Amino acid sequence: MRPFEYQRPTTTDSALAAIAPGAAFIAGGTNLIDLMKLEVMAPDTVIDISRLGMDGIEEDDGGVRIGATVTNSDLAADRRVRRDYPVLSRALLAGASGQLRNKATTGGNLLQKTRCPYFYDTDTPCNKREPGTGCAAIGGEQRNHAILGTSEHCVALHPSDMAVAMRALDAVVEIRGAGGETREIDLEKFYLLPEDRPQDETVLEPGELIAAARLPAPKGTRQVYRKVRDRASYAFALVSIGAVLEMEAGRISHAAVAFGGIGVKPWRDGAVDDLLTGEEPSEGLFEQAGEVLMRDARPSDGTEFKVGLTQRLLKAVLTEATQ
Amino acid sequence: MKIELTVNGTARALDLDPRVTLLDALREHLKLTGSKKGCDHGQCGACTVIAGGRRINACLSLAVMHDGDEITTVEGLAEATGGTLQQAFVRNDGMQCGYCTPGQLCSATAMLDELREGWPSHVSDDLNGPYELTHEEVSERMSGNLCRCSCYPGINAAITEAGAAK
Ligand SMILES: Cc1cc2nc3c(=O)[nH]c(=O)nc-3n(C[C@H](O)[C@H](O)[C@H](O)COP(=O)(O)OP(=O)(O)OC[C@H]3O[C@@H](n4cnc5c(N)ncnc54)[C@H](O)[C@@H]3O)c2cc1C
Ligand code: SF4
Ligand code: FES
Ligand code: FES
Repeated sequence: MRPFEYQRPTTTDSALAAIAPGAAFIAGGTNLIDLMKLEVMAPDTVIDISRLGMDGIEEDDGGVRIGATVTNSDLAADRRVRRDYPVLSRALLAGASGQLRNKATTGGNLLQKTRCPYFYDTDTPCNKREPGTGCAAIGGEQRNHAILGTSEHCVALHPSDMAVAMRALDAVVEIRGAGGETREIDLEKFYLLPEDRPQDETVLEPGELIAAARLPAPKGTRQVYRKVRDRASYAFALVSIGAVLEMEAGRISHAAVAFGGIGVKPWRDGAVDDLLTGEEPSEGLFEQAGEVLMRDARPSDGTEFKVGLTQRLLKAVLTEATQ
Repeated sequence: MKIELTVNGTARALDLDPRVTLLDALREHLKLTGSKKGCDHGQCGACTVIAGGRRINACLSLAVMHDGDEITTVEGLAEATGGTLQQAFVRNDGMQCGYCTPGQLCSATAMLDELREGWPSHVSDDLNGPYELTHEEVSERMSGNLCRCSCYPGINAAITEAGAAK
């Protein structure tokens, strides 16, 4: 690990004042310390934001406001989240391990880096880590890569479970800027496609801090999270789906379906939600949804299996959610 | 940097480079070598300690982030909990080489607390409980602790026994 200076401010304002080019915020540290050990990331200053009082979960206009340093454990166990946003509790509980969830935070989870093995290996070319060097994953080991939203420069996927559920719940990210001003952005617009700049992952400007994630009042009571992985626990998703549905008079009145393990960002496709909305649930409809979802998929030999796997999982999730 | 940790009930002053992980501070600086280093990347659980009442991977935390925190390691666990769990590990053949055992013990102790506080798990049918200490629940809740010797049946039985005894 490269040497760095450590600071632990006690107010958000002093944290924002301390951040400068070359510095990084640290929350739980479960991703950043890992990457610093490998020297994939080498900040010269590390600013600890764990004691800024951003760890509250509050009622917010019929929804909830989740502070950026609320741990994944506390969020999953929160009574209101379990009752109104079970898809979020389920997604969190399907991620990482008990120990990691106790440290991992809401903001850190949203900003965790891809698990592309080449990104972690400084001996291989990687456009995300070192822009312009190429992409070792294309033509290399591809099992854990994306099939939707990829570019010829990067095929890395976003590994979060939590963010998939938050996509289905229409989460909004609350951001504090260096001047102390607050702006809000829909999670939908928070992540960027890799295109020809895979190093730019989100709309966060240098020096900006995630203060909270907000969830509006739940729009559906039928919430399901399913995750398929190589072992029963403590593994990233091959494919995961978070669905928030509502039914009225035998028809789907609200559909929000988000996907993990297949997209360069936590994925949601308006065309899938639109296709389902207003319809009577049926196997045919669910199969059609799977076709629409994959219309622009660009799988490789290594990720081809994800197309069918996702479509089967989607059928199972929608069946469960509409029963 | 100067920091103070309360380790197993005793205040310990340390002067550390910020790069030192909590695990290395315990093992190399305080010579508490009970906590083990398996992977050093959060993937095995051998380094599990209890910080502020919660189990964490000491390898993925900087010691300086814990200034003022209370840390319990395997060395202080018996005093803190009475040793029921350790005895259950012996009775149920919960180890072979023993390398993962300190992490298993710290993790299981805090996991049983989480259960008492009513935390759900991935395999809980109802997110609002009640949760039984079934084989499946123990496996899921302990999945962050790997055992190279694959003593999982014994580990699971020991934790179930100790959990029921409380
Ligand atoms: C072995 C292992 C298995 C895992 N399995 C899963 C899994 O199955 N599913 C899953 O979803 N995740 C998994 N994870 C990832 C884990 O969820 C993340 O490491 C964690 O959520 C990151 O949160 P953190 O608070 O520790 O972030 P940190 O490591 O502290 O920070 C991560 C990044 O976010 C930045 N940052 C953090 N907070 C803020 C903020 N408020 N504002 C601005 N920038 C900020 C940091 O500068 C850093 O770049 C796993 C991790 C490990 C090590
Ligand atoms: S897929 Fe993206 S992260 Fe992985 S090697 Fe290619 S450019 Fe790097
Ligand atoms: S040594 Fe910390 S998890 Fe393996
Ligand atoms: S007893 Fe050998 S690693 Fe678990």
